[in-house]
Amino acid sequence: MGSELIHRLQFAFTVTFHYLFPQLTMGLGLLIVALKTVALKTGSEEWDRAARFWGRIFAINFVFGVVTGIPMEFEFGTNWARFARLSGGVIGQPLAMEGVFSFFLESAFLGLFLYGEKRISRLLHWFSAVMVFVGSWISGFFIIVTDAWMQHPVAYARLPNGQFEVLSFWRLLLNPWALLQYAHNMTGAVITGAFVMAAVGAFYLLEGRNQSYARIFLKVGVIAGMIASFVIIFPTGDAAGKYVARNQPAAIAAMEGLFKSTTGAPIVILGQPNEQTGQIDNPIAVNDVLSYLIYGTTRAEVEGLDQFPRDQWPTALPLLFYAYHIMAGLGTWFALLMTVAAFLLWRKRLYTARWALWALLLSFPLPYIANTAGWMTAELGRQPWLIYGLMRTSAGYSNMVSAGNGLFTLLGFMGLYALLGLLFTVLIYREIARGPEPAAATAEALHAD
Amino acid sequence: MLGFIWFWLVAIMIAAYVILDGFDLGVGALLLFLARSEPDRRAALASIGPVWDGNEVWLLAGGGTLYFAFPLLYASAFSGFYLPLMIVLWLLILRGVSLELRNHLDLGVWRALLDGVFAWASALLAVFFGAALANVLRGVPLQPDGYFFLPLWTNWRPGAYPGILDWYTVIGGLLALAALALHGALWLTVKTSGALERRARQMATPLWALVVALTAASLVATIAVRPATLNNYFNHPVTFIVPAAVAASLAAMWLYNRSQRPQPMKAFLASCLYLFFMLAGACWGVYPSLLPATTGAANDITLTRALSGPHTLAVGLVWWSFGMALATAYVVFVYARFRGKVDAGETH
Repeated sequence: MGSELIHRLQFAFTVTFHYLFPQLTMGLGLLIVALKTVALKTGSEEWDRAARFWGRIFAINFVFGVVTGIPMEFEFGTNWARFARLSGGVIGQPLAMEGVFSFFLESAFLGLFLYGEKRISRLLHWFSAVMVFVGSWISGFFIIVTDAWMQHPVAYARLPNGQFEVLSFWRLLLNPWALLQYAHNMTGAVITGAFVMAAVGAFYLLEGRNQSYARIFLKVGVIAGMIASFVIIFPTGDAAGKYVARNQPAAIAAMEGLFKSTTGAPIVILGQPNEQTGQIDNPIAVNDVLSYLIYGTTRAEVEGLDQFPRDQWPTALPLLFYAYHIMAGLGTWFALLMTVAAFLLWRKRLYTARWALWALLLSFPLPYIANTAGWMTAELGRQPWLIYGLMRTSAGYSNMVSAGNGLFTLLGFMGLYALLGLLFTVLIYREIARGPEPAAATAEALHAD
Repeated sequence: MLGFIWFWLVAIMIAAYVILDGFDLGVGALLLFLARSEPDRRAALASIGPVWDGNEVWLLAGGGTLYFAFPLLYASAFSGFYLPLMIVLWLLILRGVSLELRNHLDLGVWRALLDGVFAWASALLAVFFGAALANVLRGVPLQPDGYFFLPLWTNWRPGAYPGILDWYTVIGGLLALAALALHGALWLTVKTSGALERRARQMATPLWALVVALTAASLVATIAVRPATLNNYFNHPVTFIVPAAVAASLAAMWLYNRSQRPQPMKAFLASCLYLFFMLAGACWGVYPSLLPATTGAANDITLTRALSGPHTLAVGLVWWSFGMALATAYVVFVYARFRGKVDAGETH
């Protein structure tokens, strides 16, 4: 294995594992604010306890997100030194701003939210929940700004030594790519949070315990989940797709498996891209739809991969195709399931419809898969570029770090993260088994002493 | 001028990281010795529980600031120190997770294991940070293209092609471990009470003697390994005030930690000053280099060579000042909220 591949694998592996945690904290952050707001308005102890329960889940997630997030910032320097040297003046800014504007805020108020409830007023405790939510969403914004500049570089100049220099701070932050991707990505995080909350509610009802809390979780999870499942498709997914089609035409051709330029281009629902023959094997396709989705008319011509030299095709083309289709397919399922669940909720039949509860419970891993597949679509679509159109991935990795040293740490991360995954599962399972009831908590505290 | 400002801003962020995360690393390193019973361990960990995560943020914020203000330094140092940095990451992960887990798992033997992981990870991190700083002071085998790669060790001697660890950087690592352990012990005298407070105060005395000895040893060793470290001091003799301040803060630590009339907060603040002046003295010793080369001064990564573009730095100064003012306010707010001794019963 060459060292370029190892550096790519290590970054991809560590960032994929990392993002399992923030997507839940960002989604859950919003839902906890919703729980705390109801609790504050109604004075309901039950909603407060529900918020406290999700606060504990949030805290475990947060710690795993923090510890797996630190490597991400380091790896720009350790594994992508030649890229970091040239790009630091631009993307170092949002990365540093994430630390300065988000992490301090988040850590300060999370400590207050978790440890301080007895020391502060109800209003201040509600406020600390809001600030934790705001902090995590600011953090997400700066990461998206960083990624968006690599996808769609704006507002830069090159210095004589080759380094990139920011020309306009605001144009960097308000990069249209960043705004579209942010809306799409944060909606995805809300979907994860909503599905997890609804799944825990469904689990409790199916087991026949914590029933009053289960209803709260289902209500909040299904309502938020239904709204987000539609917003993720339209307008955010639709707008993001159109923007990619106009700015990274080779990426959209590969995502859709469109090898040849076509008027009335079809959308392929299922199939296997075959790079050797330049076609889709076993296609199930609907004509004209792709042209319509991108250009608003079935007649429009969509550029196929044949318009681009082979060395500008995304390097992992089949994986890109599948990642995109998995994301889109699951997104359709989310909208369907949540519509049905919301209808049952409105008809007051959700809490007894066991088949729907089972469907909600078993669907909780799917948003994780969809969010991961979405990020794979974005980042594999950017290949073979590290900075789109400006710097190739092969020019950016740390060539002074040998393949042997890289593989050593990649294997180390794999082992360590396998252990973390196991521990995380145990911890979350225990919290869910313990439930939101205070009686259980007292019993455990006695047991611990 | 912008370069000079950013050099000191990054240095201050790193110093803030060392001073703040330093005491929770020190508490970790001492945990197994000082706090043997479960209530003592809970009290010791409760004293850092609400703040350790925020303290670690300084590392990230400082790293990010280094990345955009001095991209060449960031790229060169992070890839050159590849293996030790990865080990530092693994230790940070193990440490954070073991602390969090111990609050949730109530299975006796697992808790002992987690405390062990937490303590060892804390101690090793202190050693690695000290060794890293010593590597910067000694210099690294930079090539003309601005990069280098260091193995973990070679023949344990500083020279043109050393390893991360040699006898000089090991002294740096041990000094960091002793200084942060002392820092942590003094923090415990501020935040805890009863027998734990008393034991922490007793532990501080031998640690203090060790720190004094290692500080002197590291000073002599640094001058032996890289005599140029003294140039700035002789060119601007007024800056000898920095080593004088190091000595004064060491004396103050001893004075305020005596068991007859202990003044824990003052002793802890003296330890903060000690760490600050040690770092400032080290920075001034290499300035205007950021990373000296063992392969000839022409290969040094200097301030001007590593600096980002002027617009980047000017814009950065605006949001940085604004953001750090906010961040400082949060930090002050949190420490004020959790001021005073920890209650024995108050754990998460």
